[in-house]
Amino acid sequence: MLPVMTEVYGNASSIHYFGQTARKMLDASRMQVAALLRADSQEIVFTSGGTEADNLAIFGLTGGTGGHVITTTFEHPAVLAAAGQLDHTLVPVDGRGIVDPDRIQSALRPETKVISVMHANNEVGTIQPIAEIARIAAEAGVALHSDGVQAAGKIPVSVADLGVELYSISGHKIGAPKGIGVLYVRKGTALQPRTFGGRHERERRAGTENVAGAVALGRAAQWIAENGDAENRRQGVLRDRLEQSILDRIPDTRVNGAGAARVPNTTNIRFDGIDSDALLIALDLKGFAVSSGAACSSGAPEPSHVLLAMGLNRLEARSSIRFSLGRSNTVEQVDALVDALVDSVTHLRKLAPSYA
Amino acid sequence: MPERPLAVAMSGGVDSSVVAGMLQARGENVIGLTMQLWNQRRLPEIQSDKSTGRCCSLDDVYDARAVAQHLGIPYYVVNFERDFEDQVVRPFVDEYLAGRTPIPCTLCNNFIKFDRFLDMAEGVGADRIATGHYAQIRWNPDSGRWEMLRSVDRTKDQTYFLFGLKQDQLARSMFPLGRMEKSAVRELARELGIPTATKPDSQEICFVPNGDYAGFIDAYFREQGIAPREVAGELVTAAGQVIGEHAGVHHFTVGQRRGLRVAAGEPLYVISTDSASRRVTVGRDQELLSDRAHASGVNWISIAAPTEPVRAEVKIRNKHAAAPATLLPTSVADRVEIRFDQAQRAVTPGQGAVFYSDNLVLGGGWIE
Repeated sequence: MLPVMTEVYGNASSIHYFGQTARKMLDASRMQVAALLRADSQEIVFTSGGTEADNLAIFGLTGGTGGHVITTTFEHPAVLAAAGQLDHTLVPVDGRGIVDPDRIQSALRPETKVISVMHANNEVGTIQPIAEIARIAAEAGVALHSDGVQAAGKIPVSVADLGVELYSISGHKIGAPKGIGVLYVRKGTALQPRTFGGRHERERRAGTENVAGAVALGRAAQWIAENGDAENRRQGVLRDRLEQSILDRIPDTRVNGAGAARVPNTTNIRFDGIDSDALLIALDLKGFAVSSGAACSSGAPEPSHVLLAMGLNRLEARSSIRFSLGRSNTVEQVDALVDALVDSVTHLRKLAPSYA
Repeated sequence: MPERPLAVAMSGGVDSSVVAGMLQARGENVIGLTMQLWNQRRLPEIQSDKSTGRCCSLDDVYDARAVAQHLGIPYYVVNFERDFEDQVVRPFVDEYLAGRTPIPCTLCNNFIKFDRFLDMAEGVGADRIATGHYAQIRWNPDSGRWEMLRSVDRTKDQTYFLFGLKQDQLARSMFPLGRMEKSAVRELARELGIPTATKPDSQEICFVPNGDYAGFIDAYFREQGIAPREVAGELVTAAGQVIGEHAGVHHFTVGQRRGLRVAAGEPLYVISTDSASRRVTVGRDQELLSDRAHASGVNWISIAAPTEPVRAEVKIRNKHAAAPATLLPTSVADRVEIRFDQAQRAVTPGQGAVFYSDNLVLGGGWIE
């Protein structure tokens, strides 16, 4: 990234030598990202991140004409809030955190323009039956978008096998910095731009390209191509160790989304009788960064809409914690985390009048 | 790092920021917590342009976070919006509709700040909490009780709102500003380089902009989808003569003169309100005088519940100069009869009656 921000300072849209150097690097990155998704490089649109990619997908297909959107109750806010601007149907998910393709089918209307279903859920990690939904979408002649922010890099992704027209990824979820993302747009998909200006990104997204971010994203994709499988297996082993240790050592705990196929780095665990805010802060003070629901604008946690959508009540949702592992995490850290959890959960339960 | 952390309730204002700064300078392991209590974007029709002086605006959270970053202490926002609505806002609305004049700050102290917040602090591993309240707490080894005293800066004293604190709550709480003058607090804020040093003091009830309680209650009902109740009623004299009409008892508080909209030879005041008959009784100023009152839900702080009459100075509203009185125990354990030496103006149901012996807070209860 550093050389791009210092030596290769050209604008990728400029005709001169410096611009061409930047363009070359941008296009090399585009090919690396395309390879990650088994797509063609012309189908890669760089954006400012996952939220912009999701918004571009949904508004780019509904355009100025509006139209109906089908999505699910436990999407990321980037999709939920975008769909909320339009006529939309929210399809429920089951207690395991999986959407039933039949429910998508029955939500179809003649005016439906786009179906948007996330590939893997960001809080519980459950993997959705995208290929099945794609068959329903294709039959109905409706475009399918999938928010792949939590799936790309963690499980193998082939946009062709999935059968999606549109697929979002975010840089900072796969080892690139914040501020870069991608929308895959299948050739022939009639996507209208949502920002207007220059003819960047094949007229699908106006605005000077974030060359440094894109190059970093390309590098990250390249790293995953070389090391992803082994690393994901390693994280899966760590995650299973974390999960099993918690279930073994702390009573009245359960895994939200257990029983569904999940991405290997995430687990979401409910600790009966505790307030996840307090547990989160207690763990952070001990040096462990975990999360609960999505943060609102003030930074005060709300009960997770994902867990509520999966049928947990507010109390159950508020006693759940999400653990995400990364490349730097080790077995020693996982074991230390479990020790800290045993202490904190025991302490909090002692204070909780409702937990007998 | 010192053993157990100490949690400071940070509102983003000068006072609690100074508390965090001075405790940190004293070597305490300080963590900052801000309570998110009320979404200020609710009830947009009653919002005013000025967002300062109210709790929980996004600006206040940003300010508190900026102070925590400046001090380099761990900082978190905790969400008690639901508890606040259940334990403070709804009772506030219900009290007004029942014809009383509530004090939400006391409810917030009793059920949020020194209950939920204290529990949260303990849950995350803190022994004690500290707040920016102007009051003093001290341990009396002779009586074996935690005592509360008025703040050294008498103009800032907040003990009137703290009469509900129990011994175990006092044992775990610190009010470091109780021994300081406000001017010294501002001076210290500048010395500590606290970014909000020049922020104005908060005023009014945090979730009611401009002090328009009736407007808040009307807007809250609209938001909750509750049909405007039949609240309009009659203005009557003590003799029962109807002299006008009103738009609801929640628009009135005892002693109020404004908004009566009746012409009379002399100034008229609200003497009492009755939610059942929806009648507001008005009369002359001297009709507001009463020499006795009853307080229920009494909490004793610096002394144990007395069995004999006790002499005290009793404060019946925040701006009231405490008046000498005798407190008489009744057959109900937490109920006290107050006999003032001299009749007091506008003893208002729903307000607190707080008992002092000079600077010592003996206890307090709710005026019936």
